[in-house]
Amino acid sequence: MLEEILITARDNPKIDPVMHVWGWEISVYLFLGGLTAGIMFFSALMLLLRKDKEAPFAVNGLALLGPIVLSVGMTTLFLDLEVKWHVHRFYMTFEPTSPMSYGAWILILVYPVAILQILSTLRAGYPLLAAPVARLFPGRLLLDAAERFRRHIAWAAIPLAVGLGIYTGILLSAFSARPFWNTGLLGPLFLISGLSTGAALTALITREHTEKRLFTRVDAGLIVVELALVALLIVNMKTGTRLQLEAVQHVLGGDYTVAFWGAFVALGLLVPLALDYFEVKGASRRLVLVAPVLVLLGGYMLRLIAVDLGQETTWINYDSEFNVQLLDRVRVGGESGGPVLTGKVMQ
Amino acid sequence: MTRYAMVIDTLLCIGCADCVIACKTENKVPAGLNRDWVVEATQGTYPNLTTEFRSERCNHCSHATCVEQCPTGASHYWNDTNIVLVDPRKCTGCKACIAACPYDARLIMHPDGYIDKCTFCVHRVEKGLDPACVAVCPTRCMHFGLLDDASSKVSELLRTRRYKVLAPETGNHPNVYYLT
Repeated sequence: MLEEILITARDNPKIDPVMHVWGWEISVYLFLGGLTAGIMFFSALMLLLRKDKEAPFAVNGLALLGPIVLSVGMTTLFLDLEVKWHVHRFYMTFEPTSPMSYGAWILILVYPVAILQILSTLRAGYPLLAAPVARLFPGRLLLDAAERFRRHIAWAAIPLAVGLGIYTGILLSAFSARPFWNTGLLGPLFLISGLSTGAALTALITREHTEKRLFTRVDAGLIVVELALVALLIVNMKTGTRLQLEAVQHVLGGDYTVAFWGAFVALGLLVPLALDYFEVKGASRRLVLVAPVLVLLGGYMLRLIAVDLGQETTWINYDSEFNVQLLDRVRVGGESGGPVLTGKVMQ
Repeated sequence: MTRYAMVIDTLLCIGCADCVIACKTENKVPAGLNRDWVVEATQGTYPNLTTEFRSERCNHCSHATCVEQCPTGASHYWNDTNIVLVDPRKCTGCKACIAACPYDARLIMHPDGYIDKCTFCVHRVEKGLDPACVAVCPTRCMHFGLLDDASSKVSELLRTRRYKVLAPETGNHPNVYYLT
């Protein structure tokens, strides 16, 4: 029975009483980073599989969203920096032990390939946009070259998309100081979730019924894999050490239980999975937009919970204010109301 | 790596918090921020209680996860020692190091925004002086010196006294020792 209190208040902003150094900027970025990975992955994959007929939007239209979505995410990431004018420092070094450094350089590689993906499909997907590009020198040459090498570009996009998607999870899992993050399952979970949101976005936007069905099926498969990873994550934590047991308690009866099981697992995975099933069976045309929207919201919930809860889990917790309950615990049998340690101390 | 250590005798410490005041004065730490703090740990069941005072700060770990996680090299080991410093010119304020510290010992310098922490008063150590917190301790319960020098006071204390470090299971090899 060891009780610890601070006698000189440590009240460092955003660190005490529980850590909250990363806010919505980071969870939005991790979500949009994963979504970009899904967009790049499926636009490249459908092109490589020559699904021009079955999935015309994925092959020729989807890639345009990649740099747009990623740029919004990069903007929120930038907003999080406390010293914004030092942002160039990410690119004046490479730190081999820092996942964030890998991420910074992956993003530098992702942009040109994502833009080449757009150029290689622009004339087929967005003729109105392609016309002015072709008119400007060297627009036509670029479009011609990109179209000629479209399969090479797609091959390059696949590993970069996987790298981008999995890095967002590895970034968090590399923190041994935060027990809820410190599991190798976070990388695969974030990757699959990112691909799932990419498939959902495609199903949401496309007007082709066959393509909608195709991506509904794909997303259903990804959701099943994601559910398995979530189960493994819980089992992994629940069979872990004290730190992991305390961390997972937040979603097993603790303050994140409703958000995790209700908003993420039920609304973000199980309900869309059921809706996907009915849609593939051809039952509910009217609900066709609901499942992908829920998947996207669920994807964000996963990042939000992971970022917020992960920071709170820690090795050492102090009460930085006087806490009467601590005194109760050192009394005989833990009974309260005894005359001994209360009274004066409480004043 | 040359290792500096701080050795604090919890049997002598009375929890007066002079070390905290000395740090704030010496390093001009802004109001509301702390590079060091004192913990009171009470153990047992009434009437058999023991209380321990611990003056805590960055542990200047030999395996510092904060340095590993820094994406710009702003967090670094000073002159191939275990003294972990932040270079404000390189710090972007991404806060990865804060999340990476299992002891929650880092802080955000307001309003400048860069990440700050205990420096073991490296500006004093360079001149052969003790860190400010050690220098002012009225009970002389704090000691500072080279761990690798067998004749140093800290080495002698760790040879002859029982001691502990905070959460050694982190694997970070913290270098603030508490005599018990």
